Amino acid sequence: MNLELPTTVPLQAYLALAAILFCTGVWGLINSRNAVRVLMSIELMLNAVNINLMAFSSYLDGQLIRGQVFTIFVITVAAAEAAVGLAILLSLYRNRETVDMERFNLLRW
Amino acid sequence: MTIASSAQLICFTVLSAVVAIGALGVVLLPNIVYSAFLLGGVFLSVAGLYLLLNASFVAAAQVLVYVGAVNVLILFAIMLVNKKEDLSAIPGLGVRRLLSGAVCAGLFALLLRVAFTTPWATPGPEPVGEEATIRIGEHLFSDYLLPFELASVLLLMAMIGAIVLARRDVLTADIATGEPADQGLIEKSRTPLLLEKTN
Repeated sequence: MNLELPTTVPLQAYLALAAILFCTGVWGLINSRNAVRVLMSIELMLNAVNINLMAFSSYLDGQLIRGQVFTIFVITVAAAEAAVGLAILLSLYRNRETVDMERFNLLRW
Repeated sequence: MTIASSAQLICFTVLSAVVAIGALGVVLLPNIVYSAFLLGGVFLSVAGLYLLLNASFVAAAQVLVYVGAVNVLILFAIMLVNKKEDLSAIPGLGVRRLLSGAVCAGLFALLLRVAFTTPWATPGPEPVGEEATIRIGEHLFSDYLLPFELASVLLLMAMIGAIVLARRDVLTADIATGEPADQGLIEKSRTPLLLEKTN
């Protein structure tokens, strides 16, 4: 393993960055008490996936760039998901008067 | 090492540092308003990474959709539901955080191992560079036409669904009792419908 600085950004650097972002998002998704923060963590995870798609599209599929088209679709679906998720959150808040994830337990046994 | 490549390296280092630290801030900061603004910074930095990858159209879409729409939507939601409430303590919260942290670290190690041990076929074909937008347009109107049209249907469904879920009843009188219905804002105190029986 050579420790010299690479002349260009390698593909692995993008993958490592996306892994950091994804794991941060997963941790936040599990541990957040505030429902808005859970939605933010989901957006972080979607962005990590987008970085992966873009890096692969640029490094391995430079002519057809299918990864970029997939990223456009992921952005579209993420926008729809954010709108519906926040609407559900508002509806929940109206009925339970809280944003604490631990108290959204109506469907628990 | 030429000036262009070193500039690219420096840009990548700075942008990825902003992304990583900003993501940690989004998850860890106690004040959720700061988290939302940091999330905007993370989105902008990711758009910068897309520019480094020669994808100007996706970078513009990222800025418009994520920073312009999703982040503003999240800020509006915070403004609507940002009530100061002291969350009740949960037994075993520290253990849970540690365990989930260990699981996430394990996932991170697994992802890193996959990224660094797989023999990627780099360098691949020569990237199209500035023609990327033209290629995306060709894709969207030829082989990805059906997903493109389905995306418009999905957006319409999401829009109508969000309106139906988030709107308040606009009836002026209660149907059952005939009394005037409560038309107040969300922040106004009223008897909640589904409060827990314990309090």
